[in-house]
Amino acid sequence: MNNATTLYDKLWNSHVVDEQEDGTCLVYIDRHLVHEVTSPQAFDGLRNEGRNVRRPDLTLAVADHNVPTTDRDKQIDDEESRIQIEALERNCTDFGVELYSMKDIRQGICHVVGPEQGFTLPGTTLVCGDSHTATHGAFGSMSFGIGTSEVEHVLATQTLLLTKCRNMRVTVNGTLPNGITAKDLILAIIGKIGTAGGTGAAIEFTGDALKSLTMEGRMTVCNMTIEAGARVGLFAPDEKTFEYLKGRPKSPKGAAWEAAVEYWKTLKTDETAIFDEEIVMDVSEIKPQVTWGTSPEDVVAIDGCVPDPDRETDINRRNKMERSLEYMGLTAGMPMTDIKINTAFIGSCTNSRIEDIRAAASVIEGRKVAHGVQALVVPGSGLVKEIAEQEGLDQIFIEAGFEWREAGCSMCLAMNADKLGPGERAASTSNRNFEGRQGPGGRTHLVSPAMAAAAAVKGHLVDLNDLD
Amino acid sequence: MEKFNTLTSVAAPLPLINVDTDMIIPARFLKTIKRTGLGADLFSTLRFNQDGTEREEFVLNKPAFRNSEILIAGKNFGCGSSREHAPWALLDFGIKCVIAPSFADIFYNNSSKNGILLIKLPQEQIDKLTEDAELGANATMTINLEAQEITGPDGDIIKFEVDSFKKHCLMNGLDDIGLTMAKSDKIAAFEARQNIIVA
Repeated sequence: MNNATTLYDKLWNSHVVDEQEDGTCLVYIDRHLVHEVTSPQAFDGLRNEGRNVRRPDLTLAVADHNVPTTDRDKQIDDEESRIQIEALERNCTDFGVELYSMKDIRQGICHVVGPEQGFTLPGTTLVCGDSHTATHGAFGSMSFGIGTSEVEHVLATQTLLLTKCRNMRVTVNGTLPNGITAKDLILAIIGKIGTAGGTGAAIEFTGDALKSLTMEGRMTVCNMTIEAGARVGLFAPDEKTFEYLKGRPKSPKGAAWEAAVEYWKTLKTDETAIFDEEIVMDVSEIKPQVTWGTSPEDVVAIDGCVPDPDRETDINRRNKMERSLEYMGLTAGMPMTDIKINTAFIGSCTNSRIEDIRAAASVIEGRKVAHGVQALVVPGSGLVKEIAEQEGLDQIFIEAGFEWREAGCSMCLAMNADKLGPGERAASTSNRNFEGRQGPGGRTHLVSPAMAAAAAVKGHLVDLNDLD
Repeated sequence: MEKFNTLTSVAAPLPLINVDTDMIIPARFLKTIKRTGLGADLFSTLRFNQDGTEREEFVLNKPAFRNSEILIAGKNFGCGSSREHAPWALLDFGIKCVIAPSFADIFYNNSSKNGILLIKLPQEQIDKLTEDAELGANATMTINLEAQEITGPDGDIIKFEVDSFKKHCLMNGLDDIGLTMAKSDKIAAFEARQNIIVA
C-alpha cells in the first residue's frame, strides 16, 4: 500500500482535531487574520451569544479594504467606511485582539502584513475572511479564505468544520526567462485550467520555473490560486522561505527557530505520492500575459489579439465572451497593444510588495506618464512604503507623474475613494477583472507591475520589448 | 438560522456562467456592519441602470419573477471573493435555493451556513429546469430537501445529491458554533499536544 502523502495531506493530517462519521473534520486553525469588512457581523455574533475569542494570541487584525490611501491625518470622509473601521477598533479592544491601526507603520494589506511580520509560518493553518488568503501558501502554510460565519467560528473555537480538498499539482518546467514574472505564470496557469479548474482542490506549485521564484513571486502565484477556483495554493518551504522569515518580529527565535526549521524541512510531498490531477506546462510556452475579458481566465499574450466569440463552440462560453466584449468595449481581432488606457494601478495583495514596486520603478525611471493617464502606486504596507522611500523609488514615481499613496487595498476592489468611472479602462496589477470590480462600469486589464508601468508611459497596453 | 424543509416557488432563470460575487453584490455595498438590508442591492449592476432605474430585461425585474425564491444559474456560480454578503444579499432578497451545474467552494460553504440550499445538477437537467422556469408565473417548482427531490411544473421529478452533514444542519437550522463548542475538550487536548508552532 502506498502511504506516501502530499504536502497538503501532511498539513491537513497534523491539524485534525476530530473526524465525524461522514468525513467532515474539525480542523485546528493556528493563525487568523481579521480585517474590517468581513468581521463586524462575526464579533456581533460572539456578543449576542456571550462568547469570547478563544485564542486572541493567534489572531491579528488590520484595516485594509476600506482605508483611504491619501492623507491619514484627516478624518475618513466616507461615513460608512469610518464606521466599519471604528467597529474593528472597538471589537479588537473589547475582545483583546492585536490591531495595527491606520497610523501604525505596520498597517497594510493583511496578506502583505502577515508574511512581513512572520505571523505566517510554514506548517501552520491560516485563515482570513478574504479569498486571497491562499497567498500565505507560498510559505507552505495551509491557508484559505473563509466567510463571516466561519470567521465567527474560528474566533469562538479556533477550529473550522472542513471537508478535505482533492490534491492537484501544477508543474511549470524550464528556466524562467527575463521578462516573464510570477504574474505572467499564474495568469497563464489560470488561462490553461480555467476559473473553475481548481474547484475543490488544493494546488501544489512546483517545477523549476515556479521554484526559482522569490518568496514575493511565490506569494503572487498563490494569491491568485482562488482565481483558478482553488481555495488553497502551496509551495513546499525551502531555504528561501527560511531566509525570508528569519528575524521577522513574530518568527520564532533562538532554539525555537532551529527546531522550527528542522520541522519545516520535512514539509514536502513524498516522491511516490499520487495527485488526483496533474497539470504540466513548460515556461517556454508562456509570454507576458494580459486579460481581455471579465474573468481572470480570459487571458492572451500581450502580442496577441482579442479573441473571436464566433470561434467558440460552447454556447455558454460564447455568450459569456460576447457579454464580456460588450462590457469591455472591445472588438474581436483587435491587437491587445492597441487598447488605450485611462488608468494604471500598481498595488493589491497580488502585486504591492517591494519587488513589485522596484520592477515598476525600473520601467518608469527617466520616463513620463502619458498625457491623460492617471497612474497610482499603492504600496502593500507602511513598511513596504518606507523601504521604497529609503531607496528613492517614490521620487522616481512622482517625477514620472505617478501618485504615491498610503497602504491599502485601494483600487483593487474600489471600496474606498480610489475607483474607475464608467467606461474607464485600467492596466491593473490586481487580481480580478470582474464587471464593476474597480468601480461601476470600469474596465480592467490584469497585468504584471512592469507591464502596468509600461502602459502608464505609453497610454496603451504595451509589450515591454517594444518600449523604446 | 431558519430550518429548510420544502420550498415551492417560481424559479428565476439566470443562464450565465461564472456569476461572480462582485456581480451578486459589488464591493461598494460591503460597508455595512449588519447582515440584513443587502437585498436592495442584489445583482446591482444587472438589475439597475446607472441612474438607479430598473433594467426591464433583467429576470428579477420581470413581474413573473420578482418574488422568486429559487434561482437557476450557469456553472461556477459564486466565484470570486469570500464575502458572505453574497448569500446574505440573496437571502435578504428572498432567494432560498440556487440550482446550477457547479458552485465556487467558499460561496458554497457560506450559503449553507445561512440556510440557503445549493443544488448541483448536470447541465442537461439545468437546461430542462431553465426551460421550465422560463414559463414564468404559472410554473412553480417544489424542492423537498428530505426526499432530495425537485418536482417541476409538469410533475417530473429530479433527484439531487446533498452532503449529509449540510442536509442535517439545514433541516434543523443548526448553528455550527454551538456544535463545535460541545467539543471544547477535544480542542483543548489538541492544543496541549500541539507543539509544532513555536512562535
